[in-house]
Amino acid sequence: MITVTGLTRRFGSKVALDGVSFQVSAGEIYAYLGPNGAGKTTTIRILTGLSKKDGGVVRLHDFDIDRNPLESKSQFGLVPQHTNLDADLTVEENLLIHGLLHHMERRTIVQKSRELLDYMEISDRRQSLVKSLSGGLKRRLLIARALLHAPRILFLDEPTVGLDPAIRRSIWGFIKKIRNDGATIFLTTHYIEEAEFLADRVAFLDAGKIVDENTPANLMAAIGQWAVDYLEESRLQTAYFASREQAGDSVLGRANGCTVRRVNLEDAFIAMTGRKIA
Amino acid sequence: MIRGWTAVYLRELFILKRRLAKLIPSWSVSPLLYLIAFGYAVGRHVEVGNHSYLEFLLPGLVAMASMTQAFAIASEINIARFYWHIFDEFQAAPISNLAYVTGEVLAGMTRACLAGVVILVLGALFGVVLSYNLLFWIAFLLNSFVFSSLAVGLAMHVKSHADQTLLTNFIITPMAFLGGTFFPLTQLPSWGQSILELLPLTHAAAAIRAAAFGEAVHMHNYLLLLCTGFACFVFAMVSVNQARS
Repeated sequence: MITVTGLTRRFGSKVALDGVSFQVSAGEIYAYLGPNGAGKTTTIRILTGLSKKDGGVVRLHDFDIDRNPLESKSQFGLVPQHTNLDADLTVEENLLIHGLLHHMERRTIVQKSRELLDYMEISDRRQSLVKSLSGGLKRRLLIARALLHAPRILFLDEPTVGLDPAIRRSIWGFIKKIRNDGATIFLTTHYIEEAEFLADRVAFLDAGKIVDENTPANLMAAIGQWAVDYLEESRLQTAYFASREQAGDSVLGRANGCTVRRVNLEDAFIAMTGRKIA
Repeated sequence: MIRGWTAVYLRELFILKRRLAKLIPSWSVSPLLYLIAFGYAVGRHVEVGNHSYLEFLLPGLVAMASMTQAFAIASEINIARFYWHIFDEFQAAPISNLAYVTGEVLAGMTRACLAGVVILVLGALFGVVLSYNLLFWIAFLLNSFVFSSLAVGLAMHVKSHADQTLLTNFIITPMAFLGGTFFPLTQLPSWGQSILELLPLTHAAAAIRAAAFGEAVHMHNYLLLLCTGFACFVFAMVSVNQARS
């Protein structure tokens, strides 16, 4: 379980996080959705002890990150936005170092590494230097590394950024599998479809504040089920409808260039903030 | 408190092992040039005390290597911080700052030891074999402890590789030439000697040289290196804590 209350972070005069509060239940995938600069990475860096906060309380399961920093760090695994693997080390060596950092015994590290490399389908590259791996394989290795010490919480900071759609989908499959095995997952993303596919609950983050939080279905249902995109005075506008029939009727009265589609989370975000996510 | 230092140390050893074939020749170049140019060519007919200049020079080069190679751990830390973001992996792990600093400092000392051995081998090739006794190695390790700790601390404050080069140019290079490596400090006026007595390398070179010559060592050299090393280690701990924010 993750409990965050009144989290605040300032960089000079800029307020990066403005009293953010939320709670993630055990076994839940919680997505933090917002545009670049909204405060997603700042939140995850504070929760994982990489940055300091100016105010607020963070508890990871039973541990306050200020009072019990080492105990709280043993609760989670982190997949950072930027690859931070040791490029000059092999896949196995990277996992060994991580295991030792988490006070695991060598024999357990070797055994668990083999299981995880199989799980992430990269066991054939265990002796390869990390610098020889593709971007997709590095991402899978980052996830394997984060899972090595069997954390109860997994932080994923933009886990599929920069990956092609096929690899992104395979990573999503792994994330679902990890959740099904019992982990609590905190995910930041600016990919709408990623949050829709993975999240049990989504928080909309805008300018350092959570502006709404609910299940993806409820967030979208709040504005309708169907959307019609149309041009008006050379600007793309969107109208929302409760049913496909209503959306279809609205198209009849308009000129060409209309698109009828399902409402998505970005529509909900725009309706809430007036701004796009990506 | 110190659990996890082996991970930090082992990581540096893996990198060292992978680069050793390149590092050994690179550690050999400068000492070899100094031995040829200063020791063999210029100093062939020079005596310092009862020793040939080559014999005088070799312990100085060893002291210098214990400083420069221990300090070089700063570059490794900066590469890990700025290019690979490995520092984040350490910061997100349940290890204390003490464990991190211990691992990195020991890694710097290990590099220094290997570079020191390379110089002793080169010296043997030039026919110089001195007494490499326990006091010799204690002085060597204390000096590498000082500069490895200093390197870890300073590495947390620099913002780029260019900053790191500046530190080397302004701190390490002058000390390498003025810390009793190439000439006896008694050649300088007393005010100059007083200034150079403030440098840790001066004490390291004196202690290493005395031990290597089998002469009586001055314990204040060892004590000063130990105290300076401890102060630098604390500085490193504080700096790592500050680097997180």
